Amino acid sequence: MSEILVLVEHTDGDVKKVTLELLTKARALGAPSAVFIGSGFEKAKDKLAEYGAAKVYVAESAELTGYVVAPKAELLAKLVTDHEPAAVLVAATAEGKEVAGRLAVKTSSGVLTDAVDLNLVDGAFVAEQSIFGGSSIVHSAVTAGTPIIAMRPNATPPAPEAAAAERVDVEVTLTEAAKLARVVEKVVVPKGDRPELTEAAIVVSGGRGVGSAEKFSVIEALADQLGAAVGASRAAVDSGWYPHQSQVGQTGKTVSPQLYVACGISGAIQHRAGMQTSKTIVAVNKDAEAPIFELVDYGVVGDLFAVVPQATEEIAKRK
Amino acid sequence: MKIVVLVKQVPDTAADKRLDPDTLAVDRGAVDGLINEMDEFAIEEALQLVEKHGGEVTVVSMGPEDANDAYKKALQMGADKAVFLTDPALAGSDALATSLALAKVLGTLEYDLVILGSEASDARTSLVPALLAERLGLPQLSFASKVEIEGAAIKINRLTDYGHDVVEAALPAVVSVVEKINEPRYPSFKGIMAAKKKPVDTLDAAGVGIDAAEVGWAGSRTKVLDATVAPPRAKGTIVSDEGNGGVELVEFLASKKFV
Ligand SMILES: Cc1cc2nc3c(=O)[nH]c(=O)nc-3n(C[C@H](O)[C@H](O)[C@H](O)COP(=O)(O)OP(=O)(O)OC[C@H]3O[C@@H](n4cnc5c(N)ncnc54)[C@H](O)[C@@H]3O)c2cc1C
Ligand SMILES: Nc1ncnc2c1ncn2[C@@H]1O[C@H](COP(=O)(O)O)[C@@H](O)[C@H]1O
Repeated sequence: MSEILVLVEHTDGDVKKVTLELLTKARALGAPSAVFIGSGFEKAKDKLAEYGAAKVYVAESAELTGYVVAPKAELLAKLVTDHEPAAVLVAATAEGKEVAGRLAVKTSSGVLTDAVDLNLVDGAFVAEQSIFGGSSIVHSAVTAGTPIIAMRPNATPPAPEAAAAERVDVEVTLTEAAKLARVVEKVVVPKGDRPELTEAAIVVSGGRGVGSAEKFSVIEALADQLGAAVGASRAAVDSGWYPHQSQVGQTGKTVSPQLYVACGISGAIQHRAGMQTSKTIVAVNKDAEAPIFELVDYGVVGDLFAVVPQATEEIAKRK
Repeated sequence: MKIVVLVKQVPDTAADKRLDPDTLAVDRGAVDGLINEMDEFAIEEALQLVEKHGGEVTVVSMGPEDANDAYKKALQMGADKAVFLTDPALAGSDALATSLALAKVLGTLEYDLVILGSEASDARTSLVPALLAERLGLPQLSFASKVEIEGAAIKINRLTDYGHDVVEAALPAVVSVVEKINEPRYPSFKGIMAAKKKPVDTLDAAGVGIDAAEVGWAGSRTKVLDATVAPPRAKGTIVSDEGNGGVELVEFLASKKFV
């Protein structure tokens, strides 16, 4: 079976769900080898084995993460040259796409982003992409080089299938060109116990209608009853009510959960760009004309401060 | 300081976009074209940097012959001159081919800084900034929500999944900005009048040394095989809250097994 490289997304060895999805997908198309960059491999090993990584290329050098993405692309380029994999899969996150792009230039390969599915058709990797806010579906192929595919989180249900996750250490001598953009400080905003926004099955989001940072507790209470992640519109983020990592939309995150609940969000085109492909969409808004209602499966025209707490209480009652 | 800002003309985000059934590329004739919104933030940042440090702003755009609204808007906002790359040979270029063409244009210019938007709203690949940094061998300062320049050093806040990184580099550099960075100005009447007299250098592929085999349909390393219009979302149920809206909402969620 041909080797497929899967770039692992992780925080100090905590493997993100999207990586398990990519491994699951890669197993259906070939033999996945994970590529683990940074510290924490020991912690990550079991998860990678559980989801079918036969091999894991491990590069722990701190140099690889001290600069903006270029070193990761250099390492992957070396692996592509040495092992000639059939394809390289990365997560379609902001950074994943940057790594994919740089790798494409280095290896003169085609790159496809935001794939929601990937199949082998007559020996070629064919990605399915949902474009224009889900209104069109296209199939695309890479026609030169090693196919590099950035896949959307939540596109493949992760399924375990044990493999060895055999460790293969790799080293790369970085070029000066990879060390031009130095990360001099990392500012981490503490994230609570709620699920990760792009990975969550349910997302509850608040917009300008929430009115203040304190009142986001109304959104959080519903989210917690549903086991959901909390999202926000740009208006809520720019008002300083919620951190920017929670922004859903064109410049925020693209989410595709089973259920998206929009509270006090008008549904501007830039917001819709980030949530339109959610399976089920629900909105609470006091303006019956709000464009968000064009998208919903179920909408309540009303004051979110009446509707949302009542819903939260009702769910608690039913448990 | 010499700054180049890259701007793309895109179909109006508010309009229904579609793919041309023959070429499977974005149908640019079907809806009005205008400047990619995010690129207005790139221009604004360039103008503010020049107001502070002195210098000039050149705007570069690549697109079909009639795609001149984007660079015109940049000139109206205050950019000093424009370079417009247009050639039938460029039609069908994917992100990789586009970045190659833009890198060739940049090769003919002098600059300390290249500023881009972090994403174009049409294809939404968000690839060009990293591709360009790689091709030019320059520092990649992407997703910038703040830019500071001191002498030949540049420092940005780069928005990340976990918060932000502070990133430093030496000029020249490639910066891509997010919409948090500033508030783009509206062109003034004076600006609109002045823009009409500003120099626009229109170039073709050969003029900047682009090998036609490396761009356009021929040079792209990806191919759209087919496109279908997704069925529209079924119309939902909309109710007015008469005091029981929360409970009704939960009824719906329960019917879908979310509760
Ligand atoms: C380049 C660019 C990128 C952008 N990227 C993004 C992005 O990534 N994500 C994003 O979200 N936006 C983005 N935007 C901004 C977008 O255009 C909108 O401005 C934004 O989404 C509006 O947020 P909102 O819906 O919360 O606020 P508003 O549009 O002000 O809507 C608030 C809504 O709340 C309702 N409301 C008020 N009070 C209540 C109440 N008590 N109960 C119920 N309903 C109530 C109102 O009826 C209204 O519909 C971007 C804009 C630009 C130019
Ligand atoms: N054809 C083009 N002409 C000029 N700039 C472009 C072009 N395509 C992309 N860009 C720049 O690259 C940014 C990111 O675009 P993209 O990678 O296509 O999402 C845009 O915001 C522009 O600044």
